[in-house]
Amino acid sequence: MDTLVAKAGGWLGLAFLALVMAAMAVDAPFAVHMIIVAFACLLMLWATVSRADYEAIARGLLKMPADEGVYDDDPIRWGVIATLFWGLAGMAAGLFIALQLAFPALNLGFEYTTFGRLRPLHTSAVIFAFGGNALIATSYYVVQRTCRARLAFPTLARFVFWGYQLFIVLAATGYLMGVTEAKEYAEPEWYVDLWLTIVWVAYLIVFLGTIVKRREPHIYVANWFYLSFIITIAMLHLVNNLSMPASLFGSKSYAAFAGVQDALTQWWYGHNAVGFFLTAGFLAMMYYFVPKQAERPVYSYRLSIIHFWSLIFLYIWAGPHHLHYTALPDWAQTLGMVFSVILWMPSWGGMINGLMTLNGAWDKIRTDPIIRMMVMALAFYGMSTFEGPMMSIKWVNSMSHYTDWTIGHVHSGALGWNGMITFACVYYLVPRLWGRPRLYSLRMVNWHFWLATVGIVFYAASMWVAGIMQGLMWREYGADGYLVYSFAESVSAMHPMYLIRAAGGAMYLAGFLIMVFNVWATLGGRVRTEKPMTETPYNAAADRPLAPVPAE
Amino acid sequence: MATRPAKKGFSHKKIERNVTLLGALALLTVTIGGIVEIAPLFWIDNTVEKVEGMRPYTPLELAGRNIYMREGCYTCHSQMIRPFRDEVERYGHYSLAAESMYDHPFQWGSKRTGPDLARVGGRYSDEWHRAHLADPRSVVPESIMPPYAFLAEKDLETGDMSNDLAALYRVGVPYTKADIAKANDDIQAQANPDAGAGDLQKRYPKAQVRDFDGDPSRVTEMDALIAYLQMLGTLVDVDRAAPQGRAGETEAAR
Repeated sequence: MDTLVAKAGGWLGLAFLALVMAAMAVDAPFAVHMIIVAFACLLMLWATVSRADYEAIARGLLKMPADEGVYDDDPIRWGVIATLFWGLAGMAAGLFIALQLAFPALNLGFEYTTFGRLRPLHTSAVIFAFGGNALIATSYYVVQRTCRARLAFPTLARFVFWGYQLFIVLAATGYLMGVTEAKEYAEPEWYVDLWLTIVWVAYLIVFLGTIVKRREPHIYVANWFYLSFIITIAMLHLVNNLSMPASLFGSKSYAAFAGVQDALTQWWYGHNAVGFFLTAGFLAMMYYFVPKQAERPVYSYRLSIIHFWSLIFLYIWAGPHHLHYTALPDWAQTLGMVFSVILWMPSWGGMINGLMTLNGAWDKIRTDPIIRMMVMALAFYGMSTFEGPMMSIKWVNSMSHYTDWTIGHVHSGALGWNGMITFACVYYLVPRLWGRPRLYSLRMVNWHFWLATVGIVFYAASMWVAGIMQGLMWREYGADGYLVYSFAESVSAMHPMYLIRAAGGAMYLAGFLIMVFNVWATLGGRVRTEKPMTETPYNAAADRPLAPVPAE
Repeated sequence: MATRPAKKGFSHKKIERNVTLLGALALLTVTIGGIVEIAPLFWIDNTVEKVEGMRPYTPLELAGRNIYMREGCYTCHSQMIRPFRDEVERYGHYSLAAESMYDHPFQWGSKRTGPDLARVGGRYSDEWHRAHLADPRSVVPESIMPPYAFLAEKDLETGDMSNDLAALYRVGVPYTKADIAKANDDIQAQANPDAGAGDLQKRYPKAQVRDFDGDPSRVTEMDALIAYLQMLGTLVDVDRAAPQGRAGETEAAR
């Protein structure tokens, strides 16, 4: 009872503190954020108090299951649902801003709905909210299974989940109100960054603690990737977000670094958000879920060692390729380019290790739509990790930089690799986490697969054309020695490409909606009566010996 | 292979069985690249070569820059002209490192859905900017930029601007004590010609003093943003900054 009073008092105190901060705020968005924080603290207070009254409800909400003989899966279930929720929000925002580029009237004339404010909302929602929740949920799942141990520090594990959701809410509402550090993919302001640091350290403690109490001698390869992802993101986040608040009661801060140094720090961060958040973490998902779904061991243990160490070593160097031909010193640009090209090899090492895991089970591509998604994810991973090194070559970059080609490249990686592997993992997890015999419908998974694949093809192809067209139009000289096109002409030439891109995005989103429905129905315990994906034909009439016919 | 005697010395199995070792080695591996690439930029002198004319932003320009960041302009506009013939002809002299030396954070951008803005200052009139920001398609029919008419209706509310200048001073921007003390007055002095500029232009050479938004009765967010746009790329005499004998000449990198 004493601890309950202490906890409740603590949450009440924090809520009060947040309200004081809100009252003293020097700008309105900061006040709104502090009120959100106070609200979250009061929710925690309510949860703390109600747990004491209703032990049974609370077991599901805040405490681990009483049975020590099962894995601690509650935060994973919440994580799967959060992944779907934020995925829907982020992708819908993406489709909306894609349409804004085709039809600027969709900016609607409000300050809160302009492209400039919604674009960070889209990128953060899909990367950090959709991708981040998928990573936290799958890492909790994988680390328990591969260590044969329950999560260490169950309360802290739950704090990580809810704390991360609060981070997302603060970041997203901040963007709409114009609270931003204006550094791409690192937009949240100083106090939100500090909060994420606390949550992230807690995440590291839970993950490391679970590995420490493992009942298996070896640490499975997926956990190497998760661990390096958590450690590296902590390092990148801390260095790139160093900033000086203008006031402790205001949202505004100024970055610690300026100009050239800030640019390279930012893209060291930005490229490795791709390298560790969207690659290392998702490779960890691949290393667990592809072998499980294919029921085959990982293709090569040695390849996994080589590709792990070379991938994490090389990725860090590649940042300067975002700054080719800028005021960044030439030696740094060239170094970045060289390492980016070398990076092609460990990237394909990972792809090969994943694909070849299907050795002896290739027929499952035909029969199992989840395997089909995993294979397509790896194919897109391979494609975008070839395209990336190519675009980092200075000569190619001189044309591709600043154009929509970059946007297409990012999306073939994000939609193709991160999206597809996440969908496959969710389809794997849902029946197991909720104890259902199978998914509501496998045929719907197949529909999802084709809508997503065709959607990406529309997206990537239109952005290739758009980007190369922009690059060529901007540098086109006529016989008279003058530039041929004004900038505005290159903008209007993009219109059909932006329409095709939006169509591709709409297909991808439609596939996602099918997934949400499928998961929803599975959670409801329904099973769709449908024709199985494959049937070996059987003809009972033909299945008998030929009767001997007497000669005439 | 199975009959081979146990190998002495290094085996990866040691790392796989020791999470402290695994974590420490992973951290070491991922720090090397950043140390080699980023750290030298802070002490190699010619990373940012000194040029004449650079000065910190005036408080009004800084407020405008904060609006530029708040509205996410960097998601569509770059501020970094690369040394190519077409870019130099389209946008002006390629950008110098020193020109963003007081930019916390940098706003070089990564995408040109709209044109580069590194040297947009002085290219268009204030009237053009007002019309363009309020309704971009009224002056550029092909434009897909969002309208920012609300800027002209909102009073510029910066809070105590000396806090902002002090924060920048702490991260290395050479504002003087007078600059910080007069920050709020300087906003009025620059945007309101009737207020009298005082010593603003002495402390901030080339500062443009006038009413930017066409409404002298008050200082709006439109004043601040246009003041910022109109000074972009105007501080440094780039031809004098170019190496001797290369003045006016551009580097075609293709």
